[in-house]
Amino acid sequence: MILGRIQVPPNVRKGEPFEVRILVQHPMETGYRRDLNGQAIPLHIVDKLVCRVGGAEVFSAELGSGIAANPYMAFYAMADASGEVEVEWRDNRGETGRVSAKFSVA
Amino acid sequence: MKRRDFLKRSGLAATSMALPVLAQQPPPQRFQPVQDIAPLLAQLTGGATPQPGGIEVQLPAIAENGNSVPMRIKVDHVMAPDDYVTAIHIVAERNPRPLVASFHLHPASGRAEVSTRVRLAGTQKVTVLAELSGKRFLMTQADVLVTAAACLDESM
Repeated sequence: MILGRIQVPPNVRKGEPFEVRILVQHPMETGYRRDLNGQAIPLHIVDKLVCRVGGAEVFSAELGSGIAANPYMAFYAMADASGEVEVEWRDNRGETGRVSAKFSVA
Repeated sequence: MKRRDFLKRSGLAATSMALPVLAQQPPPQRFQPVQDIAPLLAQLTGGATPQPGGIEVQLPAIAENGNSVPMRIKVDHVMAPDDYVTAIHIVAERNPRPLVASFHLHPASGRAEVSTRVRLAGTQKVTVLAELSGKRFLMTQADVLVTAAACLDESM
């Protein structure tokens, strides 16, 4: 389980975009670094991230090793009814993580 | 030996030892070469020619640390159900893997705006390619000066 954080405004207006901010706790090893014994540290990155609002996909990302450690992303989403923003991700070793946040439509 | 002589000689010895060190050239810095990103862009666009402009890229003019450079991308386009920004690609020509990230948007995103933090292996042009529905493309390049590049040491 990879840890992460999400930030969504608690109250949003119907049909107006609101910002979703995500921080995933991950080293994002590039595969180009070496440890103290000179052994190559293998590639270890979060490569896929999906965000759904009320079950419908609003944003997805394919990340490479060019994303900084502890990937941060901010993007926009819209909703017509109160619900939940859920974000799921997966790294290249098959580990997954998930965060969600509730919001209400005013 | 008199104290005065000793000081003279040790001073000489010290300078003669220090001189070769000073004369040494600093080790040549190994830079990532700039790669030709045209094939990658052609692969992303499927051969279509991107229109210049239409994208606002916020990058610091000088990034002190290439390991984490904040970046904000705004595409100036509507997000209607039949005409919207489907994807945003970030390409860094000096990175060992030039395709940094691809973001896929939907009409329900509401606004084509994404921020993230990228790694940059040196001073370079960062290319942002936005894909609009109907296989149309917008492209903008932004210059960024990176003082300490990411992954310089082992990447060659």
